[in-house]
Amino acid sequence: MARHDTKQSPVPRRFAGRLDLEHGAVDMSHGSGGRAMAQLIDELFRVHLENALLAQGNDQALFEPPPGRLVTSTDGHVISPLFFPGGDIGALAVHGTVNDVAMAGARPLYLTASFILEEGLPLADLERIVASMGAAARAAGVQVIAGDTKVVERGKGDGCFISTTGIGVVPDGIQISGDRAQPGDAILVSGSLGDHGVAILSKRENLGFETEIASDSQSLHDLVAAMIEAVPDIHCLRDPTRGGLATTLNELALQSRVGMQIREPAIPIRAEVSAACELLGLDPLYVANEGKLIAICAGDRAETLLAAMRTHPKGREAAIIGQVVTDPHQFVQMETAFGGSRIVDWLAGEQLPRIC
Amino acid sequence: MKYIDEFRDGTLARGLARSISAEADPARTYRLMEFCGGHTHAIFRYGVQDLMPANVRFVHGPGCPVCVLPMARIDQAIAMAVEHGVTLCTYGDLMRVPASERKSLLKAKAEGADIRMIYSTQDALAIARKAPERQVVLFAIGFETTTPPTAVALKTARAEGLENFSVYCNHVLTPAALGTILNAANETSGDKAGVQLDGILGPSHVSTVIGSRSYECVPAEFGKPVVIAGFEPLDVMQSVLMLIRQINNGQAQVENQYTRAVTRDGNRKAQALMAEVFRPHETFEWRGLGFLPGSALRIAEAYAEFDAEQRFPVAPGSSREIKGCECPSVLRGVMEPTDCKLFGTVCTPENPMGACMVSSEGACAAYWSYGRFRQPAAPQPATASVDAA
Repeated sequence: MARHDTKQSPVPRRFAGRLDLEHGAVDMSHGSGGRAMAQLIDELFRVHLENALLAQGNDQALFEPPPGRLVTSTDGHVISPLFFPGGDIGALAVHGTVNDVAMAGARPLYLTASFILEEGLPLADLERIVASMGAAARAAGVQVIAGDTKVVERGKGDGCFISTTGIGVVPDGIQISGDRAQPGDAILVSGSLGDHGVAILSKRENLGFETEIASDSQSLHDLVAAMIEAVPDIHCLRDPTRGGLATTLNELALQSRVGMQIREPAIPIRAEVSAACELLGLDPLYVANEGKLIAICAGDRAETLLAAMRTHPKGREAAIIGQVVTDPHQFVQMETAFGGSRIVDWLAGEQLPRIC
Repeated sequence: MKYIDEFRDGTLARGLARSISAEADPARTYRLMEFCGGHTHAIFRYGVQDLMPANVRFVHGPGCPVCVLPMARIDQAIAMAVEHGVTLCTYGDLMRVPASERKSLLKAKAEGADIRMIYSTQDALAIARKAPERQVVLFAIGFETTTPPTAVALKTARAEGLENFSVYCNHVLTPAALGTILNAANETSGDKAGVQLDGILGPSHVSTVIGSRSYECVPAEFGKPVVIAGFEPLDVMQSVLMLIRQINNGQAQVENQYTRAVTRDGNRKAQALMAEVFRPHETFEWRGLGFLPGSALRIAEAYAEFDAEQRFPVAPGSSREIKGCECPSVLRGVMEPTDCKLFGTVCTPENPMGACMVSSEGACAAYWSYGRFRQPAAPQPATASVDAA
């Protein structure tokens, strides 16, 4: 992060003409550290991400840490297509990191963002992405306080990659961690599963099916705030992104050295998502989410927590889906809607469509 | 989901389970082979075995297209991509199947071979149309279900004059495999020893193409009942009940539970397409079952110009199984996955040694992913690995 950084210069700059945001495209000079890069920063990034800390114009943002315990998290965002029903990579880069910070019960405060752009990316697309990022950050009450831009040659990137790092502050008395699940605890989810993954799949070029499913990409810090107000002693929170519900429950079971028992009929899944998964031979329990969370709390607090979630707009479809059990093998088991039982295992490799 | 949930209804399942328990004779065992991996998958995914009395046992059959493909055929596909630089298009299931020298299509792709995952034969045609400078090879595998689409792709390529498209044909035929397994059931000792069966849950999607008529030789020659069964869990349970009734009555005939899709004659148009474009192979190797005469299809002379094996000749590989891997016995139904020493120790879905652990239709993968809690001491994966023998 030396002289190539997208920091605002304290001295107003002058450029020969404005960026052509309508017809222009990213070229190698936009990452070279010269005038073209400065112009991109001034006329595109700063416009949409503006805040006082970014405006300091240094190679770092200087701020006073708030009182309390801080958490930080970092996340790289690569997604194809860049724009999808219900979101885009810009909003996703905010939501992903805000949610990782929020899963500690924290109030997210700041983000930094690193952009890797591919030569040829239309500036109109970049502006759409950065504008969406700015809007998502404002909606989440966070500021993007430092950033960086690099450009790679055509063919060496997928249009745009965005890495974001977040900082948040955890309220006193909150102790949320993946190793705190205990036998007898209840397992809750905040809403329907698999929406994001199916929305993305539906827009991949070789899957020509139309679906009305939109990604659930959204920030969850406000839902989390409502939840810890109702039940401060939530044991675990995690957002089931890649690998879906199944993989996240397995992570938590391993980390807490417990088993989990879930009930298939209790798991909220939209009919359209089920149908798309059915067609492709995928299991919705393994499909990614970007705006849902899993919560684990003491069994006798579960109804209180559920009520708090359901009164929040982002938790209206929340459900209790099972409980934590003692199991030396740390299996996640599921009672099927059909009346049998089975393991819900870790995802092995990628989920691949079946042949027959 | 309309038209799907009806076949996964728990209340109906419990009703069927009661009938099965009531009608199954406690004095005997019912060993029923589900031919297809799709059935195996349904049985495990929905916990169907939990609803069966202890004396009704499922024996898993060889109907997993990825599992029965010998390693040599994957080696050859990789050689086509590497030596001839073709764009190889394949279904997702095949990507992680182990090939020789610890290779797989996925690894070959990572090393630079142009291997693409497709969802249908039409995707492969689209790739060929888009890149006329590339030679595009469709790695065609599967039973009769996936064969007609390959035939359509070949006819389309001919009609469009698509000179950069060809097919690496690995289509196999169900009746030959079923016959082999039932023949083996008569052998009680030695390498060829088979599994004793009381009835067959017949293929579902395959039968929509070839019709229930194709199995009529089974009761006639082997005296075993066949029930063509759909892939939904209620289909499987109802078919089990139908088999139990036949067995109890001393009957052996072909019955069709999957009447909503399968007829006696099957899909004649699809059959005609297959007959036009393909010819039976004199013999073809199946993993686990060996070389079986008339068990696979090759591209007919009239379409020879689209035959990737002629266009891009590669050395025939030799089929060497991983040492200790019991996939062959599992595919014959002689062993259960848990009888294999590699199962769950060095062979897991993350690090598969045999094809049965790769495909979700494979019996090993189904046991591991859905059912290993049933074992008294669930195996834990070891960090060690084994080399190809």
